Amino acid sequence: MGDFMEKLLEVNNLSISFTQYVQGLNRHESKVISDLTIDIGEGEIVAILGSSGSGKSLLAHSILGILPYNSNVTGEIKYEGQVLDQKLKEDLRGDEICLIPQSVNFLDPLMKVSEQAIGECKNEKEHDEKKLRQREIFSKYGLDESVDDMYPFELSGGMARKVLLSTALVGDPKLLIADEPTPGLDSQSVKETIEDIKNLRENGKGVLLITHEIDVALRTADRIAIFYSGYVIEINTVENFKNADNVLHPYSKALINSLPKNGFNLTEGVQPLEDLPGCPYYENCPIRLDKCEKTKPNLIEHEGVMIRCFNFEGANNGA
Amino acid sequence: MELKANNISFSYNKKKEILKDFSISLKSNQIIGLMGDSGSGKSTLCKIMAGYISNYSGEVTIDGSKIPNKDFYPVQLIFQHPEKTMNPKWKMEKILNESWTPTQDLKDTFGLKDSWLSRWPSELSGGELQRFSILRAINPKTKFVIADEISTMLDAVTQVQIWEALINHCKANNIGILAVSHDPELLDVICDDILYFNEINNL
Repeated sequence: MGDFMEKLLEVNNLSISFTQYVQGLNRHESKVISDLTIDIGEGEIVAILGSSGSGKSLLAHSILGILPYNSNVTGEIKYEGQVLDQKLKEDLRGDEICLIPQSVNFLDPLMKVSEQAIGECKNEKEHDEKKLRQREIFSKYGLDESVDDMYPFELSGGMARKVLLSTALVGDPKLLIADEPTPGLDSQSVKETIEDIKNLRENGKGVLLITHEIDVALRTADRIAIFYSGYVIEINTVENFKNADNVLHPYSKALINSLPKNGFNLTEGVQPLEDLPGCPYYENCPIRLDKCEKTKPNLIEHEGVMIRCFNFEGANNGA
Repeated sequence: MELKANNISFSYNKKKEILKDFSISLKSNQIIGLMGDSGSGKSTLCKIMAGYISNYSGEVTIDGSKIPNKDFYPVQLIFQHPEKTMNPKWKMEKILNESWTPTQDLKDTFGLKDSWLSRWPSELSGGELQRFSILRAINPKTKFVIADEISTMLDAVTQVQIWEALINHCKANNIGILAVSHDPELLDVICDDILYFNEINNL
């Protein structure tokens, strides 16, 4: 990581919570993302890996400024060194920053899918150019010309997923946010998707890949951030993630060891539902310390790796 | 016991047939994996075998006799998206107990926490909900379980927990499992035998 290289996207200490009404007028604040710090450089793919339902998508939605009204956001997001406020988000999204949404429900049910992929155009000429590009991308994914005139309800889950992917690729974004682009695709289409994302990297684009499939993250990304119970607990290189001995956090190790090809090893324990006063992994941690129960570790740098664990804080100070 | 699907043919509309003369069999002590591309008809087959679809040709039998439609259906289907199979206006306790009341032991085996029981489905994650949907499917009257991509949406740690618990329970109670998945590595680890959907579908 070159310190002088301008970061495409910087997220600093981002927290997202929702205000909910419970039983009448009692309000309840539920925290979904806590103290998230991550950056993406040009020509870099960063994957955020976490279980489904853990709130990863909300990071994407906050970068694009499409969170629901009852959300509270603290922290800072910077794009090319500039603070990304709502006005700038609205200017850039769909243009310099593109999203591949997670759910196929994001497609407009009343619009032909080819037009959705082409998107907004200033004039006829731009439309014609984009039309060519859209056809090219569709055929690469095995969507023949009859699909162009279809509406979303006529597509299978996998086909709809490919259309969503095309919507982002027809434009020419600098930063692509891919929110779970692969589930429900057969292995050939997964391969195509990964290749396309990697091509963007070759062209100097930045990609934020949000996924729960560790295999996809390993095959695509440069760095992987592990998301656990709303916290990023480790950011490490893909190389290190190929071997459980080279990652630091006990949950990261458990994750790698639980893959079918690495022995399908069982680790007990579930993620806590509420934000705990101490470390989110305290209950299940094999190397926990006394202070982990009541105090929360910060995300710190340890030999080039970002880690949220007290076990490495002492080691860092000593070095 | 042996669950058999004989010469199943089915189509949603006249234009395209999905299943043609499809046959598969599964014994109580077996875990059989079924692999296939998306859109090939795996889930349709699962629904036919679990009694959700009835207008097919061919027959589904247990030990040679047709499965009666009354009473508890002995073939239980577990879906990929548990949040879509639960009444959003029921609390988890009611959802779980609709089928039967599992023992505390069994709840512990599946890592079910008591504090989850008073919550609504929308307040739990996919992995937590999937534990409920498996537990309610393994009623003592269940003889076969069809697992349609049950761990696709889960993280790898939860995937192991859920499969371990399900397989141990089924082995101990002589329940057969048909595991449908995209993931060859997963099926390699958990199954006795793997079948390829397109090879047995006579289209």
